[in-house]
Amino acid sequence: MPSETTTHLRLAINGQLREVDVDNRTTLLDLLREQLALTGTKKGCDHGQCGACTVLLDGERALSCLRLAVTLTDEEVTTIEGLCGPQGQLSALQVSFVAHDALQCGYCTPGQVCSAVGALREAGRGWPSRVTPGLAHDVDPDTLSRVEIAERLSGNLCRCGAYPRIVDAVRAVLRTGDTATPPTQAETETGEQSR
Amino acid sequence: MKPFTYVRARTLPHAVDLFADRDDAHFVAGGTNVTDLLKLGVLAASHLIDVTDALPREIETLPDGTTRIGAGVSNAVLAGHRAIRGRYPALAAALLAGASGQIRNAATVGGNLLQRTRCTYFQDVTRPCNKREPGTGCPALAGAHRDLSVIGGSGTCIATHPGDMAVALAMYDAEVEVLHTDGRTTRLPVGELHRLPGDRPDRDTVLAPGEIVTAVHLPDPGPHRSAYRKVRDRQSYAFALVSVAAAVTAGPDGSTVRLAFGSVAPRPWRAGTAEERLRGHALTDELVRAALDAEFAAATPLPGNAFKVEMAKAVGLATVRDLLAGRGENTPDQAHDVPGPAEHRHTPSAPAEGPEGAAG
Repeated sequence: MPSETTTHLRLAINGQLREVDVDNRTTLLDLLREQLALTGTKKGCDHGQCGACTVLLDGERALSCLRLAVTLTDEEVTTIEGLCGPQGQLSALQVSFVAHDALQCGYCTPGQVCSAVGALREAGRGWPSRVTPGLAHDVDPDTLSRVEIAERLSGNLCRCGAYPRIVDAVRAVLRTGDTATPPTQAETETGEQSR
Repeated sequence: MKPFTYVRARTLPHAVDLFADRDDAHFVAGGTNVTDLLKLGVLAASHLIDVTDALPREIETLPDGTTRIGAGVSNAVLAGHRAIRGRYPALAAALLAGASGQIRNAATVGGNLLQRTRCTYFQDVTRPCNKREPGTGCPALAGAHRDLSVIGGSGTCIATHPGDMAVALAMYDAEVEVLHTDGRTTRLPVGELHRLPGDRPDRDTVLAPGEIVTAVHLPDPGPHRSAYRKVRDRQSYAFALVSVAAAVTAGPDGSTVRLAFGSVAPRPWRAGTAEERLRGHALTDELVRAALDAEFAAATPLPGNAFKVEMAKAVGLATVRDLLAGRGENTPDQAHDVPGPAEHRHTPSAPAEGPEGAAG
């Protein structure tokens, strides 16, 4: 029940309107996992240091462990579950992660995928990174180097050390322009065959 | 975490009023530091006042060539802004050297300036800390102080301002716009926003309770070449051990150098002594080295961080040398390279870090 330190929220999460009462201390991460049963988003460090909890807010990558749920207004929240199609079809980036063996234990993977979706969107605006030569010019998102991708994903740690394959997986989808929407069955099969 | 009320300020005057009506209130915007401090128990506010909707979010180039950046602009948007990248490249570089893509999306300019130190004792409520609880002591002085201040600290606190952005802002002579609780708006140099600890290490800045940083003003930088170098334990997503923002501007009386160091002091350390020694002289390695020696003559490092003094001097020298040799980010309206000694033209670049071998 709402009180002085709780708040009633109406949130758009993965295309659905969800209404919840939250203690103001609740992070978006804990709301997703503990109250909304969206456990795809993982809790790693819970202090903004590992990236496992990365979700998308209006398409921008965000750390759900550092975002108090009460501060959300009209942002559309997309979690790893929301990147799949209605029948659970994986998105192109997810397929690419599978195709490139871009994971071992998989705990960081939802955060890696959401972060990559956001990173590619940022590159699509021409935003440079720390390793981009010449900050005055926009980057070409289709030709991001391995170093560029690694730098842009540096906020996502992988204790299994799958970094080279994560970079492979992201590079593979650079030219498709389709990083967030589910693939067709044929695309899925192609991804599988490329292993 | 202590329970707290939450209210969203509609406007800046509304935020001021909300703060005035509440005891034990705290402002929040991007929340990347505040949320963590609440979790750690370092911050125990009874009321959170969200100023996200109230803070200006525009980046404006004004007719006089200056730039006004709203305090609510995210670090990511600021770093990506073409006019910032083109006219203040060391600022864009500093922003991109900080944190991660996710955090840059959330972090605001105002919040970045006001972030707290990452001293491990400050963040550990089981340990004494003069900044967190004045009078309890500073275990860092005899403990883990590798990351902490080598200059500007005191016998009560050697915490550093950990940010990157403020270092570049200090180098560019930026000013912060502050809204006072009586409704006045004033400006002060970024370099004067953060206090040296003295015997009041609990006060990071000169701001009084309830005052809000509303914008940052940058002078017209004119043609210059600049760079931001950051030395840290890993190549990305780590706080600096030492950083430097530097700019070289060609003039009729020779080149002018501007330098500010990060993570060596409780505030961005504008190297005024070194700059003065370099003004009007031909810039040789020897002169730059002597100027940096003079700048850090007042350093009082401890055994675990004495290396940072030499590291700061070395990175400062390498950065100035590279800028004189034509390396570093060039502003688009710079007609030609800043002239430097011929022997510097082909010296190998000595970046503190580079894109080679980045993680992954």
